[in-house]
Amino acid sequence: MTHILSVSVLNKPGVLTRIAGLFSRRNFNIESLNVGKTENPEISRMTIVVQGDEKVLEQVTKQLHKLINVLKITELDKNSIVERDLILIRVKCTRKQRSEIIQIADTFRAQIVDVAPDSLMIEATGTEDKLEALTELLRDFGIAEFVRTGTVALSRGQAAK
Amino acid sequence: MPELNGGEIIIESLKKENVDVVFGYPGGAVINLYDALYNSDLKHYLGRHEQGVVHAADGYARSSGKVGVCIATSGPGGTNLVTGLANAQMDSIPLVAFTGQVSSSLIGKDAFQEADITGISLPITKHNFLVTDIKDLARTIKEAFYIARTGRPGPVLIDLAKDVTQAVAEFDYPDRVDLPGYRPTFEGHKLQINKAAKAINEAERPLLYVGGGAVISGAEKELRQMADKAKIPVTTTLMALGIYPEDQPLALEMLGMHGTQYANKATIETDLLIAVGARFDDRVTGKLDEFAAQADIIQIDIDPAEIGKNLDVEIPIVGDVKTVLQELIPYIEEKENGPWQERIKELKEKFPLKYEDDGSETIKPQYIMEEIDKYTGGEATIVTEVGQHQMWAAQFHKYKKPRQFITSGGLGTMGYGLPAAIGAQIGQPKEKVVLIAGDGSIQMNIQELGTAQAYNIPIKIVIFNNKYLGMVRQWQEIFFEKRYSSTKIPAPNFVKMGEAYGIWSKSVDKKSELDSALKEAMEHDGPAILDVHIPEEENVYPMVPAGAGLKDMIGG
Repeated sequence: MTHILSVSVLNKPGVLTRIAGLFSRRNFNIESLNVGKTENPEISRMTIVVQGDEKVLEQVTKQLHKLINVLKITELDKNSIVERDLILIRVKCTRKQRSEIIQIADTFRAQIVDVAPDSLMIEATGTEDKLEALTELLRDFGIAEFVRTGTVALSRGQAAK
Repeated sequence: MPELNGGEIIIESLKKENVDVVFGYPGGAVINLYDALYNSDLKHYLGRHEQGVVHAADGYARSSGKVGVCIATSGPGGTNLVTGLANAQMDSIPLVAFTGQVSSSLIGKDAFQEADITGISLPITKHNFLVTDIKDLARTIKEAFYIARTGRPGPVLIDLAKDVTQAVAEFDYPDRVDLPGYRPTFEGHKLQINKAAKAINEAERPLLYVGGGAVISGAEKELRQMADKAKIPVTTTLMALGIYPEDQPLALEMLGMHGTQYANKATIETDLLIAVGARFDDRVTGKLDEFAAQADIIQIDIDPAEIGKNLDVEIPIVGDVKTVLQELIPYIEEKENGPWQERIKELKEKFPLKYEDDGSETIKPQYIMEEIDKYTGGEATIVTEVGQHQMWAAQFHKYKKPRQFITSGGLGTMGYGLPAAIGAQIGQPKEKVVLIAGDGSIQMNIQELGTAQAYNIPIKIVIFNNKYLGMVRQWQEIFFEKRYSSTKIPAPNFVKMGEAYGIWSKSVDKKSELDSALKEAMEHDGPAILDVHIPEEENVYPMVPAGAGLKDMIGG
């Protein structure tokens, strides 16, 4: 089971190391971890995607709470959040294949952000599933390299529920 | 407000925290702090190795109930603290460790004696700080002490860039801390308290399983009240020996791998296990799914992460043990002795701790513990190293009060005992402090004999000398067909060694001579070493093999 945790932390030196270190020490699996600023400059928000059953999740949450610089942990309910991941993919392509790849990108509302004689770079955002589908389709052309940010997520507003 | 340099700010802050004793070892990066110490009225104990220094602070904290403070320099000074910090973290001991760091302009440049001690100590401290600006110094110390001693206590390290201890600032010690991410729970949840009371009142065979958390919380009075009111038998972990007097009919003493048969059998038979500040360590539970398998479990702990960590519990209560027990006791019904208490009595009579004594001049280790118990009236503070002697000390001495047994429980640190005994004696100057050591363990921080001698710390060191690393040898005997791989350890002449340090020392190998030698050592004015030769291949029994269930206990 994957769980998405939204963790607000005090922006102190070493806070990322503390959290990453806790996961390795307690033998928890992180699928992805994302850190960014928030509306308050003293607070950062981490979005952590964790693998494990309810028991593991409970321990992860409790152990995270013990870190002095962790303020709040919320498990995000997948049904009431906006969840996004960003991917940059460089796909090998011949001149002939270019338009086909652009079509695929369009279908996924992805952007072409760089064009080279033998490759294209595509930028796409969306849920993990969507990005995986896109990657799968592009695999036929040969993926030179790609990078993903990992999930960031926020709960929807009350009215939208 | 007065202007002080960083070193002076530290001294003044320590005074504000009511610290009067520090343990330390100087060096380049803390030289300013040591300069400030020179004129201060803080008592500084110079160890012989930073590991000794941190264990001494730990032993001091355990015996006095106060925060232990230690100082080490940068680089190797800090890295030598590592074992001691991990040891304190495992047993939830409040420490504040100051380490020097190279000047802030040199950090990250691989400067002389630079080591990233905040990085290194991250997983083995409750929290740590690197101070690079003198303006943060006083507040950081305030926070460090607060974090170290509140909630579930633990070690906190403050790394001090050298320029911070040199710089000058106004000294303004904050009255309170502002730590929005740190709010320990003290009071138990009302609903859970009611549930627990109901379960206790309805239980036929309740059992209190008490751990170190109860000692830290100072809950001995409440525990006694609760056990005596509802006639609930009490078993304790290694960390809580003595919190419930072991001479009482309801006392079952230690449970677990080397626990008493009656404690382990009671754990198998109980229908309600009440865990009080105990964490279901593998050395206590053995095979988890067999542990207290007939029982519902109530778990009281200040650390929410301990609830359900190893074992699912029916009624968790997060809160300070003492507070929760106070809340709980009024709801507990008074009971008379019944079949369960009869059964406890029967178990105690039928399966006592025992050992073979052939009546010869051989000195059995268990006998030494009984003699020490007798000689001191069971009043001495017993400190141990780690190994067989530690288990004999736990088993064959009746403990009567909390903080009477000081030992490295969670981490199992050989080399802990000698420095910890020094610290424990400083923390309890009026008590008799006896160190029970193995011939292997004592050699791990033997240099601290120098500290004991220099300050005339009157600890009595009793070495259980079997010329083996006995506990590992025992495992090799039982599980590896006596293939004694690297466990034979020729001991030095401990008497000559003690004398070289200027310490009264004596060796004994005949039972008939033990009593008078013990008396001499105990009455000697100052530290003393008694090197007692015991059988080379004596085993600690009973024993639950690692990973087996408590019912599979062997020996004894």
